[in-house]
Amino acid sequence: MTNKRIVLTFPSRLVGQPITTHLVKEYDLMLNILRANVTPNEEGRMVLELSGPKKSVEEGIDYLKNLGISVEPLSRDIKWQSEKCTHCTACIPACPSGAMSVDRETWEVSFDRDRCIACELCIGVCPFNALEIQF
Amino acid sequence: MKTIQEINEKIRTGKAVVVTAEEIIDIVAEKGLKKAAREVDVVTTGTFGPMCSSGAYFNIGHSKPRIKIGGGTCTLNDIPCYTGYAAVDILLGATAMADHDPRNSVYPGEFRYGGAHVIEELVAGKSVRLQAEAYGTDCYPRKSLDTLIELKDMNEAVLFNPRNCYQNYNVAVNLSDKIIYTYMGTLRPRIGNANYCSAGQLSPLMNDPLYKTIGIGTRIFLGGGVGYIAWQGTQHNPGVARLENGVPRFPAGTLAVIGDLKQMNSQWLKGASFTGYGVTLTVGIGIPIPLLNEEIAACTAVRDDQIVAQIVDYSEGYPQIIPGSLGEVTYAELKTGSITVQGKKVPTGGISSYKCAREIAAELKAWIQGGKFLLSDSVAPLPSADSGVKCKLLNERPFKKKK
Repeated sequence: MTNKRIVLTFPSRLVGQPITTHLVKEYDLMLNILRANVTPNEEGRMVLELSGPKKSVEEGIDYLKNLGISVEPLSRDIKWQSEKCTHCTACIPACPSGAMSVDRETWEVSFDRDRCIACELCIGVCPFNALEIQF
Repeated sequence: MKTIQEINEKIRTGKAVVVTAEEIIDIVAEKGLKKAAREVDVVTTGTFGPMCSSGAYFNIGHSKPRIKIGGGTCTLNDIPCYTGYAAVDILLGATAMADHDPRNSVYPGEFRYGGAHVIEELVAGKSVRLQAEAYGTDCYPRKSLDTLIELKDMNEAVLFNPRNCYQNYNVAVNLSDKIIYTYMGTLRPRIGNANYCSAGQLSPLMNDPLYKTIGIGTRIFLGGGVGYIAWQGTQHNPGVARLENGVPRFPAGTLAVIGDLKQMNSQWLKGASFTGYGVTLTVGIGIPIPLLNEEIAACTAVRDDQIVAQIVDYSEGYPQIIPGSLGEVTYAELKTGSITVQGKKVPTGGISSYKCAREIAAELKAWIQGGKFLLSDSVAPLPSADSGVKCKLLNERPFKKKK
């Protein structure tokens, strides 16, 4: 089993198509939609978690790419700029996935990309604008 | 018993024993109060948090021909400065914003740039754009100015903060059903999080709760440079209820501080943006406490589990000034990452950086150990618990126009 978190950007012509259904039915993948912003006649964005056998996940991604959808790994989505962080911990209660955490000995804040679900709840919470969305 | 003069003599000869407000805790626990007070000379404290009542004044130097900005207008990177002084003295407040900033008209506002950010950029050595308009006089004929300027060009650049270094603060929660945006950060509905803002056991005024050594004229670490306590801060409220150890259970004392901005470091002076609230300056302050006697040593040994704060609702209780607390918690509890409020387990977040507070206390310790920072006697004490000094609400008397 493979888990892959990806950011999809699809052109307006594809917004009306049942792409996720196709991924489930044809490629036997499990989907978890972490976030989606799809409006008619506009570019759509979706953050997806795909789970399934490695081969199916790869084929599913190829299917998306062949449709003309841009597929990026989710890790590029939220960027924590450590040099701007003052380790105040304001982001800690805002983060639902535990991606932002603080070591309670050193009081140093850190960001674990693998745990980030790109919900963006941290973005407005940081007084130093250390967290950025990278689209 | 020691005197500050004796301690300074030891600092000059490199013999002073200096520890941080964290380190003194274990020293007192191991050696006892008597021995600790005898052996340790200075305890250093630190705090690094947003302090809105901050600002800087500048003398920018006279242009040729001369301009009288006093009574005119002036901006630094579009942020309006106060011009009610002489020809080329201007004042920039930390919370000032550009006229064109949308503020909260698109709610919640982002407040990405304000006076605090200009101060940070100047301290970092960057050039900013100064624009001024004046009405022109015989002796100051020039009517406008548009120039780049940096800190080293100015005659004086002085950080002068009317209220910093709050002695204790509220723990903020939101009892309402919708998210709120406050100076204590974003508060999620139905007590979704609890935000606190104090360095607790490292915080300067927690280690000298009755202001026995910290007073007017005390030399301090301010924004990475050397500063002084100028006065009690605005809203100084020393008469609140206190624990037996003297620590106030509510926000109490405050400090007005002053120092040469040119000596400071942007690492310890940072602009901050609170979504939906505004811009503020995060200030690093460290205050040395001379261990003159056992009583003072006992105060510096205070631990997070011996300091309490009140849980306050910021959806209604705070804005409407409805007295009452949802409970009292210790900083030790807050620092575990969650507290219980009204039977609910709530994650906690800090607004003040404990990591930076620790670094400031360590840096001040190094300055003193290195002989480059001597302690000063205070010139006058701050009003203490028994002074009768109180922070009052506004006595509003609505103005009625005469018919």
